[in-house]
Amino acid sequence: MEKTAERTAEKPTLRTLPGDDVRQIMWRFADRFDLQMVAQSVRAVARGPVAQLVANGARNTHEWTPEKNTLLEAFDQAGITAAFMEPEEGGYIAGPKNLLLALIAFELAWVDAGAATSSLAGNLGLSPIHECGTPEQKATYMPRCIPAQPGEDRKTMRAAFALTEPIPFVGVDTGVLAGKVRVSEWKEGEEPILHVEKRGRFITGMDFASIVTAAVDSDDERIKGSCLVILEEDDEGTWDRGAATMKMVHQLSSTRDPVFNLKVPASRIVGGYTVKDGKIIPNLSHSEVIESVFRRTRVTVGLMTAAKLLSAVEPVIRYQRQRFRGGAADNPESPRYQLGIQMKEDALHRLVDVWVAGEAAASLGFAAARLFDEFDPMEKLKDQVLRERGIEGRRAILKTMKKAEKLAVEYVQLAAKPESERDAARYEELKADVLVQYLVLESAANVYCPACKLWNTGHGADMMRQAVSLMGGYGITEDCPGFLFHKWMDAQLEATYEGPEAVQRRQLSVTMLSPLFLEQFRIWTREMRAISNLRPLTGACALATAMELWMWSVQHLQEAKDADGNKLYNSARHGVTFPLADALSWLLASRSLVLDALELEARGPENPNLAEGIEGLVNFYRDMCHTHIGETVGVVGKICTELVVGYNRHPEWKREDCTTCYCQQEVDNLESIIPGLAASVVGADVIGDDDSHPVKAGPCASFRGMERFARIRQRMDGCLTGCRIAKDRAAQALTEVMIPEALDYPQ
Amino acid sequence: MTGGFQIVVCGGIVPNPLQTLEPITGPSGPALKNEAMLPAVLDPWAWHALFEAANLAKQNPGSKVWLVALAPKAKLQQVVMTIAQKVPFELIAIDGPASGFAESADVAEELAAAIEAIPGLDKSKLLVFGGWESASRGAGTTMQMVGEKLGIVDQFQGVDELKAAPDGSFEVLERIEGGRHQVSTCAGAPALLGWATGNLPEPPNNPQVGMANMRGVMPALQKAKPAKAGANGATYASVALPQQRRATRIVKDTPVEEIAREIAAWIKG
Ligand SMILES: Cc1cc2nc3c(=O)[nH]c(=O)nc-3n(C[C@H](O)[C@H](O)[C@H](O)COP(=O)(O)OP(=O)(O)OC[C@H]3O[C@@H](n4cnc5c(N)ncnc54)[C@H](O)[C@@H]3O)c2cc1C
Repeated sequence: MEKTAERTAEKPTLRTLPGDDVRQIMWRFADRFDLQMVAQSVRAVARGPVAQLVANGARNTHEWTPEKNTLLEAFDQAGITAAFMEPEEGGYIAGPKNLLLALIAFELAWVDAGAATSSLAGNLGLSPIHECGTPEQKATYMPRCIPAQPGEDRKTMRAAFALTEPIPFVGVDTGVLAGKVRVSEWKEGEEPILHVEKRGRFITGMDFASIVTAAVDSDDERIKGSCLVILEEDDEGTWDRGAATMKMVHQLSSTRDPVFNLKVPASRIVGGYTVKDGKIIPNLSHSEVIESVFRRTRVTVGLMTAAKLLSAVEPVIRYQRQRFRGGAADNPESPRYQLGIQMKEDALHRLVDVWVAGEAAASLGFAAARLFDEFDPMEKLKDQVLRERGIEGRRAILKTMKKAEKLAVEYVQLAAKPESERDAARYEELKADVLVQYLVLESAANVYCPACKLWNTGHGADMMRQAVSLMGGYGITEDCPGFLFHKWMDAQLEATYEGPEAVQRRQLSVTMLSPLFLEQFRIWTREMRAISNLRPLTGACALATAMELWMWSVQHLQEAKDADGNKLYNSARHGVTFPLADALSWLLASRSLVLDALELEARGPENPNLAEGIEGLVNFYRDMCHTHIGETVGVVGKICTELVVGYNRHPEWKREDCTTCYCQQEVDNLESIIPGLAASVVGADVIGDDDSHPVKAGPCASFRGMERFARIRQRMDGCLTGCRIAKDRAAQALTEVMIPEALDYPQ
Repeated sequence: MTGGFQIVVCGGIVPNPLQTLEPITGPSGPALKNEAMLPAVLDPWAWHALFEAANLAKQNPGSKVWLVALAPKAKLQQVVMTIAQKVPFELIAIDGPASGFAESADVAEELAAAIEAIPGLDKSKLLVFGGWESASRGAGTTMQMVGEKLGIVDQFQGVDELKAAPDGSFEVLERIEGGRHQVSTCAGAPALLGWATGNLPEPPNNPQVGMANMRGVMPALQKAKPAKAGANGATYASVALPQQRRATRIVKDTPVEEIAREIAAWIKG
């Protein structure tokens, strides 16, 4: 590493681990003091009572114990429970709360993702009411879920969300429900009473939930379709919390398989219902409610894994540096004493990989959370506009939106043009069009949410394993600082619940094809080129080329057929659609990191706390971007190339296969026109009249029609120039960065 | 006390104690390596004083708590985020160096001036709280000078408890040698109290309190006046961190006398 050390010495690099000042700028809450305060408050809970529980071995049982139960009170006191509510319901933060909830999950998961799940699941249970409930339902339930204030004598209501059912029913495929709802009693002029039967599997919060929002299907011709119903602990019938899930992860959350057999008034149907021709018609089907709930909460899950990766950096550095201290022959001045395992390049490079995965995951997750913060009010405005225009019913709405989509594409194109070149009046007109703005945000949110859930948790789980390996044998012991082993195992659940990776890939394979998204993606690609013009050392140019390669591949694959003439891009062909979804997620992760690094560069110097370190920080993050892009380019190149050429049949030494091969006759004919040709094709794929062929590995496949692909790919590979130098520099920075004396939570 | 107290808590900030502190010579004298970038906390002694102030205010209706802090304001902002949800207070920020190398006389001057400038200050109700020492300097000189400059002659240091009577008088427990306390009775405000740890636990967070505090904190930070305090004129011949020595043994059920004997023997060498 000596040479690198020299180079690094020329450029300032990271001095301390990135603190709150850095994070607030990168994740864009430097001006949100309310969020900063909540983050600090949650941190105190995470690194205090939560860490204490883990350190005391509370995770060694899947049962919900009285010790674990104390967490609920800690959450209540720190404002974690009430953060989800609106001020009029007893909450304390106004406006959209995606970024807020993301920060809460991030802080808790920094120590223990089960604790984060515990807090998240309560919100998940309430989300159907929050997002889709009638005003009466909101007024009834939200305030009761606010922790009781001093002097108030009531039990805090807690919610759980019951979608998943025992095998063979809902899991990944949430369409088929075994949970049933029937009319139990319907007296003339009165509210119908419903009979709800639902068995849940893996339902979080079930040890203490007093209400459950449960997905059920109609088993009665007097009820149409499916819906979500609110069940209360005191409803008439059976409320059986069921057996505890014997889970080996996230033990600081409660999970059980409950059984409900209850009678409830029809007013409990989430979003209300209408009665038509003697039939109860729920205003919202279960899938409509679930869609709007998961859309938001999945982002939060993605941030849990991100937090864990970032939390691993400090304990690993400390372990590496202290690895050889304390030996008899130790000289405190020696590199062995000071750097320990950090003398080894591989250990440093692998830690850079873990760190950069965490950075990119956090950047992607927080970008998604902010996007939803923009999207939420826009969605409400859209509903208002549709109401005002009297547009009702799914079909009419779809038609209106289809029309608006064209305008939205136009808007996106106009917005990307320099002011001087665009039609200002038209731009302003479209900018003021709520439906247009809604669609633009929606198309991006529909991609960002699954991309973040998929990439952060899936790739994150793989990288958490790497983090554990960096601690050697210590990594798999209970004493390992930072609870890294738990964090690794937990990541598997984050990749599974709220829809496993297959569900995210499936969703992406649809949403990423929206013309509106693709148009934005094209513009983002151009933006990335512009960034690389100004900041060549971020690797933005390689990223832009990888984005271009992906775009070419997506378009090609939608038209292309496989060797048997079957369409390549169709929903059943996961082998094509899923890897493309993965590739897109990598691209978005890298892009988000680049944008955050630029934000730090732009706004960091304004913060006096960072003044002395900003140059080093900027250099370090540039190197991290370049390093990450190096990996992204590798993955995207591999996926796209495999898909673009992999479904063409490899030629054999057969005349009909060898469309690109020459026949001896052709060569002879051409020789008369191009003298010397025969000599030049010696060793090429020439098939003789007797079907003989040269002795070589095999006939070469044709790339006809893929010249552009090959050019982009070649350019992309060339654009990787410098990415390993960047990695070396980032690795060197890890040997110099100052870390605290000890971890700020117990082990 | 009728009408309540006006309690002003003086509190600086110090680097988070888990951080590596490495003295260096900066452009304006001695400093700690990367100090601005390291996370900071409210000085733990002042932290206790703040809890005690809030508790006293709660028990005496009409009372109000101010927190006067001299620190780099961007750093102070981060620290306030960690304490704002604990207790209600109004922040008065003074923008200046928070390091243990700043002259305590200068710091006292600034603090006293800021207290004098509090609108509606009524010295007959004034209790000035602070730490009996700080985690950055540990000299215990600042608060005494603040008192002197404000003309407050009733001063108590190493305070662990204050019990106010309905007539406005109060009883104070000050630490003295041998783990014992000196009990004094003071006729009433104004007085200055340099707190030791007190005996209140850290109050739980209360987001509503936090949101209320926040409304005042941001304007206070924005209008923070630059302070003249510093290490001007002072030269430091040498700077070193106290050497940490650790010799830990875990032995179960050892009698207290035994432990004491061992420690005494160890100190004697
Ligand atoms: C600790 C814990 C807490 C949970 N909390 C809750 C909760 O509070 N509320 C709730 O309702 N649920 C909860 N769940 C359930 C969770 O959401 C489901 O486990 C998850 O969605 C996956 O469903 P499944 O386990 O039935 O897997 P399956 O549906 O069996 O899927 C297994 C695998 O099969 C493949 N697969 C299945 N279908 C497809 C397909 N269509 N396309 C491609 N591949 C496919 C994929 O590889 C997938 O990963 C929880 C689960 C756990 C473990």
